[in-house]
Amino acid sequence: MALSTPASGIKLGGGLRPPSDTSPQERSRGEGPRSNETSTAARSSDLWRDALRRLRKNRLAMGGGVVILLLCLVAIFADVLAPLPYTKTNFGRLNEAPSREFPRDLLSRMIYGARVSMLVGLGAQVIVVLIGVPIGALSGYLGGRADIFLTRFVDVMYAFPRLLFVILVMSALGAGLTNIFIAIGLTGWVGIARQTRAQVLALKGKEFVDGARALGAGVGRLLSRHILPNALTPIVVSVTFGIPEAIFTEAALSFIGVGINPPTPSWGQMVGEGQQYIRSYWHLCVFPSIAIAVTMLSFTFFGDGVRDALDPKLK
Amino acid sequence: MFQYGVSRILWLVPTLLAMALVTFLVMHATPGSPLDPVAEGANPLSPEAQKNLAKIYGLDKPLPEQFAIFLGKAARGDFGTSFVYKTRTVAEILRETFPVSLLLGTLALALAIVGGLMLGILAAVYQNRMWDYVSVSLATVGVAVPNFVLAVFLIILFSFVVPLFPTGGWNSPRDWVLPTVALALAPMGIIARFTRASMLEVIRADFTLTARAKGLGERAVIFKHALKNAFIPIVTLLGPMFAAVGTGSFFVESIFRVPGMGRFFVLSMTGRDYPMIMAVILTYGAFLAVMNLVVDLLYGALDPRIRY
Repeated sequence: MALSTPASGIKLGGGLRPPSDTSPQERSRGEGPRSNETSTAARSSDLWRDALRRLRKNRLAMGGGVVILLLCLVAIFADVLAPLPYTKTNFGRLNEAPSREFPRDLLSRMIYGARVSMLVGLGAQVIVVLIGVPIGALSGYLGGRADIFLTRFVDVMYAFPRLLFVILVMSALGAGLTNIFIAIGLTGWVGIARQTRAQVLALKGKEFVDGARALGAGVGRLLSRHILPNALTPIVVSVTFGIPEAIFTEAALSFIGVGINPPTPSWGQMVGEGQQYIRSYWHLCVFPSIAIAVTMLSFTFFGDGVRDALDPKLK
Repeated sequence: MFQYGVSRILWLVPTLLAMALVTFLVMHATPGSPLDPVAEGANPLSPEAQKNLAKIYGLDKPLPEQFAIFLGKAARGDFGTSFVYKTRTVAEILRETFPVSLLLGTLALALAIVGGLMLGILAAVYQNRMWDYVSVSLATVGVAVPNFVLAVFLIILFSFVVPLFPTGGWNSPRDWVLPTVALALAPMGIIARFTRASMLEVIRADFTLTARAKGLGERAVIFKHALKNAFIPIVTLLGPMFAAVGTGSFFVESIFRVPGMGRFFVLSMTGRDYPMIMAVILTYGAFLAVMNLVVDLLYGALDPRIRY
């Protein structure tokens, strides 16, 4: 995930041309068209049930899933769990003042930090999917000039290093949670649009699509009921890898001071502030660092598990 | 091949133009103008003087014309004066800091490629044995954990617990070790993962079987026959690797106090030093676009089966 580094994680499945890159599309195509409309629903639920069964057997992925669940609970119940409000200062230790402004409760800030990370990780993906999937699907289905325009646009966006672009957008919009959503949404939809387009292109010539069209289905119905359900697997995979990437992006932005606005705690920001005092107060940046590392690893394990479960041949 | 090369080089122009346009528009979309009379800390001069100033700086011209001027100057490397370091031009700062970043990036990339290839080959040759697990876990950590978090752990481990290396600075080769490792782990993980997958595929191929069947030693099979073929898809990774190392250096440089472009970039972010931000983004963008091009052409040159 690189991008920096983690940023490349998502690219593993999408943008690069790894040895097995063509396989998700090729192989799902090879599975054979789900040739008539009535069986589509039944078959696809089988696919998901099988995938779930495979996912359950993957201990690493389940471990990641449990940690993610715990983090979500911490984020939701931050108000109850945190021993102190995150803005509250401990005046008794004012002279030790390691933190930029005041000595504030580290544990409380970390608990509230989970809220920011989870919100960004999950929320940004919703935006990315809402923008990327329709654009990719339409461009793949309609083809022609719109498609050419989109592919060119996507090429230019790919040439722009992603994190650099996010930083640029953030520097224009200013820090803040909403702006992080906007910045990640603006840049993140490109990959998913590209992937959706490839899927739609592969599927739109299939017989079951022709069949549905012959029965009188319009573009909207064709895409939403017939094509997209069959193209869902790679989209789900790329969303699961997009979550840790978004969390990384937020942490990185906050680390350099253009992410979350200071009174709201965020792990990246705490690492950024804490690393200045690493010699005297190492715990200030080590604990948020551990939180980021654990979160990223859990999502990566879970994402790997989801990918293997949905497309076992890829493993 | 030649035609492909030419068309790719020509495509650089619109790509760079688009980048410049986006940076320019963002610069102008940011709220507040240097001559805004009602802004906080506004210029206290009279409206007439303001108008004169606008004329001197070309701010009274229509946006397209300003963009043309900006392009012309940027093409000659003139990005104006830094807002934060008022006595120095952005170009001066870049000239000083870019070589430092380039050295760090090259070291990290070299380590990432050598280390990643080694880990990947080990993992593939000893599939599902200890070496495989060690290398896969190292690769996963490198890929999943952000480099500024890795940097924190490296400092704690190798500067405090075992005081081998200094926590920062950029004076002697000893200072280079920790930043290079922190920056290299992520691309190394990616290369290791890809090498493993690519090697596994090649090791099972018929030509490897043939090489073994004709009695070649394990070393010759792996390095002469398998690796050569497995290496080709890995080359495509190099483009994104440059991006990873480039953007990664922002964080690593600012943690280890390396006086490179990335650290200045982070400082200019917090100081809202727009000329500096724009210049750094354009420099990185142009550098990466050129590197991507080089990698793609290299790919074609390495693999005779590829025709453009």
